[in-house]
Amino acid sequence: MIRKSILGLLGLFFASAASAAWELNMPKGVTELSAETYGLHMMVFWWCVGIGIVVFGVMIISLFKHRKSKGVKPATFSHSTAAEVMWTAIPVVILLLMAVPAAETMVKLEDSRDPDVSIVITGYQWKWHYRYQDEGIGFYSSLARPSLEARPRDSGIDVNSVDNYLLEVDNPLVVPVGAKVRVLMTSNDVVHSWWVPDLAIKKDAVPGIVNEAWFRANEVGTYRGQCAELCGKDHGYMPIVVEVVEPEAYQAWVDTRSEEAAPLARTQ
Amino acid sequence: MTTAVADAHEHDDHGPAKGIGRWLFSTNHKDIGTMYLIFSLTMFFIGGAMAMVIRSELAIPGLQFVHPEFFNSMTTMHALIMVFGAVMPAFVGLANWMIPLMIGAPDMALPRMNNWSFWILPIAFGILLSTLFMPGGAPASGWTMYPPLVLQTGNAFPFLIFSVHLMGLSSIMGAINVIVTIINMRAPDMTLLKMPMFVWTWLITAYLLIAVMPVLAGAVTMLLTDQFFGTSFFLAAGGGDPVMFQHIFWFFGHPEVYIMILPAFGVVSEIIPTFARKKLFGHDSMVYAASCIAFLSFIVWAHHMFTVGMPLTGQLFFMFATMLIAVPTGVKIFNWVATMWRGAMTFETPMLFSLAFVFLFTIGGFSGLMLAIAPADIQYHDTYFVVAHFHYVLVPGSVFAIMAGAYYWLPKWTGHMYNETLGKVHFWASTIFVNLTFFPMHFLGLAGMPRRIPDYSTQFADFNTIASIGAFGFGLSQLIFVWVLLTARKGEKATDRVWEGSHGLEWTVPSPAPYHTFDTPPKARIANESFE
Repeated sequence: MIRKSILGLLGLFFASAASAAWELNMPKGVTELSAETYGLHMMVFWWCVGIGIVVFGVMIISLFKHRKSKGVKPATFSHSTAAEVMWTAIPVVILLLMAVPAAETMVKLEDSRDPDVSIVITGYQWKWHYRYQDEGIGFYSSLARPSLEARPRDSGIDVNSVDNYLLEVDNPLVVPVGAKVRVLMTSNDVVHSWWVPDLAIKKDAVPGIVNEAWFRANEVGTYRGQCAELCGKDHGYMPIVVEVVEPEAYQAWVDTRSEEAAPLARTQ
Repeated sequence: MTTAVADAHEHDDHGPAKGIGRWLFSTNHKDIGTMYLIFSLTMFFIGGAMAMVIRSELAIPGLQFVHPEFFNSMTTMHALIMVFGAVMPAFVGLANWMIPLMIGAPDMALPRMNNWSFWILPIAFGILLSTLFMPGGAPASGWTMYPPLVLQTGNAFPFLIFSVHLMGLSSIMGAINVIVTIINMRAPDMTLLKMPMFVWTWLITAYLLIAVMPVLAGAVTMLLTDQFFGTSFFLAAGGGDPVMFQHIFWFFGHPEVYIMILPAFGVVSEIIPTFARKKLFGHDSMVYAASCIAFLSFIVWAHHMFTVGMPLTGQLFFMFATMLIAVPTGVKIFNWVATMWRGAMTFETPMLFSLAFVFLFTIGGFSGLMLAIAPADIQYHDTYFVVAHFHYVLVPGSVFAIMAGAYYWLPKWTGHMYNETLGKVHFWASTIFVNLTFFPMHFLGLAGMPRRIPDYSTQFADFNTIASIGAFGFGLSQLIFVWVLLTARKGEKATDRVWEGSHGLEWTVPSPAPYHTFDTPPKARIANESFE
């Protein structure tokens, strides 16, 4: 077992050199607000880098210049009102510069009025259920079979050979590009959290409570995420896949789904 | 000094009792401090072993060693043991040993309660660790114990609740003792604002403990009644609110993080002036900053809950209040840098750990500021970015400060100098590996890896492998520390002052500190004269 792991480790090191897995940063995403969030993230990051250069710079200069081995005599000052006022006031100003744009984005994130599509998302241990409010479509979405077969400890399947290991589902959520999609989140058992980084949505699905969030995806594509709130043993195995498609393709998908659902509806 | 004279007259200088009774029935602050510190180190290794299980499983994608349930138990137990068993008792141990010596008191004010507050801890953790062998396994709901998930715990559930109760009891008693000692037993000429920083930060911490531990006890008691007595505090089906638990928990939880860092600030504020041979810059503003942080810690709790679905105004309030904490925290960092500035520094092991503390805690502070920005937090929340953040403030933060304090005061405790070379090896190994472990976690979180998962998509493999290598290196490095402690009495005899730049009453008593010190109150002023 251990030898297998070590070989696996070595293999990984060589394999990874070829792949582009060394992702360092948050994705910019495909919605206006995911781009704004990314912008806020980078703004605060660069402020931190700047402050870090100043503070660590002074500290490093001191570490090299003010050491006993250089024969310096320690100074005796231990107080300076001017300095202390300065390094209280400047951070307040910097914080204000960060707080204003952050608050603006926050206001937009919470404005889920006038949606084009409304979807109720219900968390289950350990899968998602999606229900399109106006289209009368509802289905479960769980971990796709290839990942499911590879995940047990003694599956004998190399997880590196599975496409999108742990990030693929049987029935993805399908939404039209450019439409304002409102998602209403709740849960059937414990707290879950629905997270798709490219859509900049992470909202808890809490039993007994309905939470709201929204997104407008500007690019056609497949976006993946995972449950982000510990929800029991298979918390790591309930991914989310959102397919953003052209409006016509969406309509076609809705029609097929409704036809599939129609006989069921009649028998109920 | 006066101590010797008093001894000669009264003939009541009884030494420690013999055998196990010395430890079981001890009311001596030094013995109890030692027991706290040994207990903390033991828990550090038990919690560390659990971290090794976690990092082994996460080293490469796919499940290799454990089942998901057990993995969740490991993350839960690792956190509970490290928070309540390692970090908090270590600071109480340092407080027991050093507060009476620093303020010139003969002992803690309530010695019997001191004994009791220590001995509750092994019982509490005995109960908690026994859950590993229970049907249904150890708690696996995360240390945050969110309902309804925590109510799915097996037989371990009531044991989890009672062990948390006991930890809370122990902390409250310890905190009461610290407050009573500091308020009533200072040397007569030591006014509040003349107290050393470590004493100040502990005084503030003790108030935080008394304020929030009962809140935690209340929250877990409500879980208990929801499970066994038909209440529905947190059960939606009965009209309760699962989110209310999160509010109550974090009302405890956020001050709790300052409980774990304020004493660390105190330790570092003692050490940097000693090795910079210069007085602490802005002593009073340090006190005000620490008080400010303590106050703000009560009104920022919901920044742990930005994704839970709060009203917009609530989110904005908690975002602004959280950002404000950066101001007093910044003041502290600037004051430490100003203390070093134009000092005459040397770099013994305690100073190295303290300097690494200032560097790496600041990095944890930066990621904390990023997390305060609510829209960005929605992306960071419950990812490895958060794991990186709180490990930066807790490991090279709190734990490094504890290590620094241990090296700093060890000669006073044992009467001998520890092995400086090994200490430095321990420092460099710890610092390199701690960064190797936790820095890549920032990238993992930003790239989209959620926390608390036993297996992950293959794109996260590389940084996880690096983090695991770092974690094993860090774990092994701590064995050097144990070796330093085991050989601590083999070094040369320590002088009373131990360090050239030492300041404060603890350095006026002999090394090792006698079993009883300060039978008559000393003059605090004399001890601080070295800088004046």
